[in-house]
Amino acid sequence: MTRARRLRLRVFRVIVLVLGGAFFLIPIGAMFEFSTRGNGVGAPRTLVAWTTIVTYPDLLGAIRDSLGLAAITSVAMLVLLLPTMIWVRLRLPRLKRIIEFICLLPLTIPAIVLVVGLSPVYRWMAINLVDTIFLLSFAYVILVLPYAYRALDAGLSGIDVKTLSEAARSLGAGWGTVMFRIIAPNMSGALLNACLLSVALVLGEFTFANLLSYLNLQVEIFQLGLANAGTSIAVSVASLLFAFLLLMVLSFAGAARRARRMRRA
Amino acid sequence: MIAAGNPDVKTARRPQEGGRFPLHWIGAFPFLLYVGVFLLLPTVIVVVGAFVGKDGPSLSNITDLNQGFVVNAFVSSLLISTASAVVGAVAGALLAYAVATGNPRGVLRRVVSSASGVLAQFGGVTLAFAFIATIGSVGFIRLWLQDRGIDIFAHGVWLTELPGLVLVYTYFQIPLMLLVFLPALDGIRPQWREATESLGGGTWHYWRYVAGPLLAPAFLGAALLLFANAFSAYATAAALISQGNPIVPIAISNFLTSETGRNNPGLAQALALGMVVIVAIVMTLYALLQRRTSRWLR
Repeated sequence: MTRARRLRLRVFRVIVLVLGGAFFLIPIGAMFEFSTRGNGVGAPRTLVAWTTIVTYPDLLGAIRDSLGLAAITSVAMLVLLLPTMIWVRLRLPRLKRIIEFICLLPLTIPAIVLVVGLSPVYRWMAINLVDTIFLLSFAYVILVLPYAYRALDAGLSGIDVKTLSEAARSLGAGWGTVMFRIIAPNMSGALLNACLLSVALVLGEFTFANLLSYLNLQVEIFQLGLANAGTSIAVSVASLLFAFLLLMVLSFAGAARRARRMRRA
Repeated sequence: MIAAGNPDVKTARRPQEGGRFPLHWIGAFPFLLYVGVFLLLPTVIVVVGAFVGKDGPSLSNITDLNQGFVVNAFVSSLLISTASAVVGAVAGALLAYAVATGNPRGVLRRVVSSASGVLAQFGGVTLAFAFIATIGSVGFIRLWLQDRGIDIFAHGVWLTELPGLVLVYTYFQIPLMLLVFLPALDGIRPQWREATESLGGGTWHYWRYVAGPLLAPAFLGAALLLFANAFSAYATAAALISQGNPIVPIAISNFLTSETGRNNPGLAQALALGMVVIVAIVMTLYALLQRRTSRWLR
């Protein structure tokens, strides 16, 4: 590489990265700035918008409901997907492509289309079963399928499922023992990944809740935004930071595991 | 290999299971049932519902699509998706190139890729609020510019109109582009550049005749993915755009919820079917381009 070209490349990289960094960081910084504004022009910075979060019982309820939804969705996703994926790997390899296709399908079907199709199903469930916000978990499991599938598939590919299960079976273990006491502990990293991705997705979900008329965290933030912009932006920042934190945990856990594997090799 | 090394397991198991066929498939049954109810059934409801009128099968919902505001909604949606896909693809490709030319194991690359993973999923209310706090009428940047005599809203508050939507969408389009396009850039080998130079070609020749044509399918494929992504987005627009129904997902939501008094599930299903058709076409093209990309860059 000639010197002139190297210099040109360096200038290009610095400009692009600085512009990109500014574009992505300024809006987040601006939210923080907005949420600490005082009342009126020239008023000093305050944290009033943050402290009033606790004075909105509806908001606290929505936070609780969204955390509950995240927990239910994660558990339901694991219970539904993990045994199926292990079973398909061991006994039905022919079905693997079909399961993969189905799991990635929600990425291509727009969420709003699913809502249109699910609204009669939800109306039926609300009338004939129970009408609770936690019904949303049924739809959220579908939404997290692509991410959960990829995370779990990476985990399953990293271990020798067949040998493990046959060793366990030949020692007299049943299928339940094979799945929950042999295979699952061997892919704990992938399980954590799948759960964190599901939690992050559920905490940020707006479309389904809004159109099926349930008040989850994002819908509540939106409605609060019409009345008290400062507090609703404060909650937005908080929920965003929480999601960042979750995904940082995920990325660092992944890096640590890779480093450990490299050292072992 | 493993099955052959362990014949006892297989033969010992078979008699308890009775026949060979049914018990195998029962293992996949709960999952298929769940997906059938919550993924397949809604899709069927949309497709069938689009062709059912007040009294039995009819094409009235489909012909109702041919109304001024519905056509306008589709045109706006296509315009926004195209604009944000083009801007996102170009900016994302530049950013991806800046990252790809750095140390492949460096901190920069690690941080940018994980941040992109987060930001590509970022949307909805929070994103709308972030831009309102930045360049909304009392936003940080807007006030700062106003103090210096520049009024970005001299011709109206465009943030809550279609141009604003394009700007806000690029916030998740650029990271998505980076995630999708970075592997393609990693497929470029330095030897190709050296070969070009040894044949007397310069930077222009390299990009025009070597790297450009090789990257073109990957770039177009990624741009199509971005298009579909923007076309499907609802939450951000719902939180940002206050009135009217300028894009398809918002028009659908207006027909779906009865608050507006124009509750018309049939038309909502027809619009949803229209979205599915457009996304299906785009994703098919994307799959074709992917196949072409993998020929050279892997």
